[in-house]
Amino acid sequence: MNFIRRQLPVVIAFCFGVALWAQYYIPSRASNEALETFTGSWAIILAGCALILGILSAIHHHWTKIRLKRAGFGYSIVTLTCFAIVVLVGWFPIQWPGFAAVTIADGSFFDWIFLNVFVPLDATMFSLLAFFIASAAFRAFRARSFEATALLIAGCIVMLGRVPLGELIAIPGTNLSMTSIAGWLLNNPNTAAYRGILLGVILSQVAISLRILFGIERTYMGGGD
Amino acid sequence: MKKPASAPDRVVLALLPLLLIGILAAPAFAQQPVASQLKLTDRPNDDGSALLLTFDLTGWDETTRVRTEVEVDGEWLPSLMFPQLITPVPTKGGSPEYFGWHAADPEQRVLVVDRYIFIQDPTAEELAENPDAVPQPQPVYLEAANTYHVRLMVLHGGVESYYDAGSMKTDEQWFNVAATNNLVMCVIFAAIIMGFIMAARRNPNLFIRRINGLEAVDEAIGRATEMGKPVLQVNGLDPLSTLSTIAAVNILGRVARRVANYDSELLVPCFDPVVMTVSQEVVKNAYLEAGRPDAYREENIYFVTDQQFSYVASVCGIMMREKPAANFLLGYFYAESLLLAETGFTTGAIQIAGTDALAQLPFFITTCDYTLIGEELYAASAYLSREPMLLGSLKGQDIGKGFVMLMILLGTILATIGVYLTTGNWNWLVEMLTPLM
Repeated sequence: MNFIRRQLPVVIAFCFGVALWAQYYIPSRASNEALETFTGSWAIILAGCALILGILSAIHHHWTKIRLKRAGFGYSIVTLTCFAIVVLVGWFPIQWPGFAAVTIADGSFFDWIFLNVFVPLDATMFSLLAFFIASAAFRAFRARSFEATALLIAGCIVMLGRVPLGELIAIPGTNLSMTSIAGWLLNNPNTAAYRGILLGVILSQVAISLRILFGIERTYMGGGD
Repeated sequence: MKKPASAPDRVVLALLPLLLIGILAAPAFAQQPVASQLKLTDRPNDDGSALLLTFDLTGWDETTRVRTEVEVDGEWLPSLMFPQLITPVPTKGGSPEYFGWHAADPEQRVLVVDRYIFIQDPTAEELAENPDAVPQPQPVYLEAANTYHVRLMVLHGGVESYYDAGSMKTDEQWFNVAATNNLVMCVIFAAIIMGFIMAARRNPNLFIRRINGLEAVDEAIGRATEMGKPVLQVNGLDPLSTLSTIAAVNILGRVARRVANYDSELLVPCFDPVVMTVSQEVVKNAYLEAGRPDAYREENIYFVTDQQFSYVASVCGIMMREKPAANFLLGYFYAESLLLAETGFTTGAIQIAGTDALAQLPFFITTCDYTLIGEELYAASAYLSREPMLLGSLKGQDIGKGFVMLMILLGTILATIGVYLTTGNWNWLVEMLTPLM
């Protein structure tokens, strides 16, 4: 039992990890087909099964909240009701008044719900980002220290440099404009820092991959140390 | 009375229109580009699904177009529906992945022949559904171990010229030679990291620099316990196949054990059902190892939705209603990063974020108390566990980073010198270090 819970997952992770690593260096058709089978068919089957678990988990979570009347259980009632309606509308080919007698195709009731309820709500959440950026920028740009002041100046230059007006704001006697300074800031200090972080990330990914392949890191299996 | 034309005169008269056409068309023919040195080869380092056609073309201008054609059952079928302009067609010198860094005749053009197109008539079923169905072009991809006869078509000024390139057999390879440098570097890094893991077994007292964000994990969980508020962890929006998600789940295990020890509450709303399943198992085991299996609540690690902004709405709602005292935002994030972090900020929670999504880092740095930048996210599990073997891999990773930094410095110096040396003999080292794939 201990072998199945602790050693077998490590062995499977090692075998598949090494196989996929080796596949990168083998360009043959058999190698590519094996990868497609693994990432295509197997992954889809796993994801499909996991989605069922996910839906059951979400229902269980909200149902528990409603049953125990925890704070905000009203939202759970709304969630489960909407879930039931959408499943009903999308699954069963019922002739809804004013809509086509199809399940999820264009002109169906499901399609109407998607376009007139989901899409506007989704867009509303996304549009909040503009206000959140403004409030975050206000905090970040307060010149309380040397670093914050440098950030404020660089941020103002880049913002001005990215709009057409920036081309007109030039330093007299030079050919430097806000656009060219912003370009330099983005292409040099910014890119250098970006690549530095990226280099660290890639090497860390190699290290964590090795830790997983050799079973040194097993936390993700729920096995602890 | 008009004299009848003699036989030779009639021949001249008959040829006159042809002669006129020839004279008028002569400039067009005179300016036709000429292809030469055509060579058909198998594309290296592939699965045998393509050939390469290299050729010289003289007398072309920006309007000249080319395409390859493949002979199938005595009929020439084009590789593209419409010939492509010659200007973006790569040269041998610009294709080191096929011809190396010092290709002979670097100005020769290179066309990849990997398909031919035939016009397929509509099937009986298609015609039954739509009587107006028209023939459709269908690509057919080349297969390994087959011999194909190819020709080049050059279109210039409305005139098509054809050049036979001969026949060649497609061949699949079992090792990508162009990725050898990648393999060598990978093996070196693996050896360094594994060496340090072994060394850490003998000497577990390794020094690892202080990471403030990880030092604050205990403080954040302790504060949540004192306030009687839950701890919230978000594992990013990527699936478990992304390494940053695995790193986030690793940290979740460490966080869950501390939460179990402190008898606090942990909430993990998940974006991906696979991540949810693994997270449940990780947290369950953490509670088990902490000796508190009774405190584990499966309904607290749950799937929300796989729609980005619906997920954000849900998590922000949790933040506003449950008011978690500590928020851990770890993994890979997209546009939702600021929405989550800013909402958490307004609730007054201690926020620890960690991501390798470089575009989202500024948002987390602005709104969170601590941010694990890039590699710190991957180091977190080892740092929190203080397991010598995991710490050893961090040391090895640092040595690897030092090695790469040295190579970058060396390459920069040599490349700089190479610019000023007309011979360019120093470029070999730069080229050796530049991955081709």
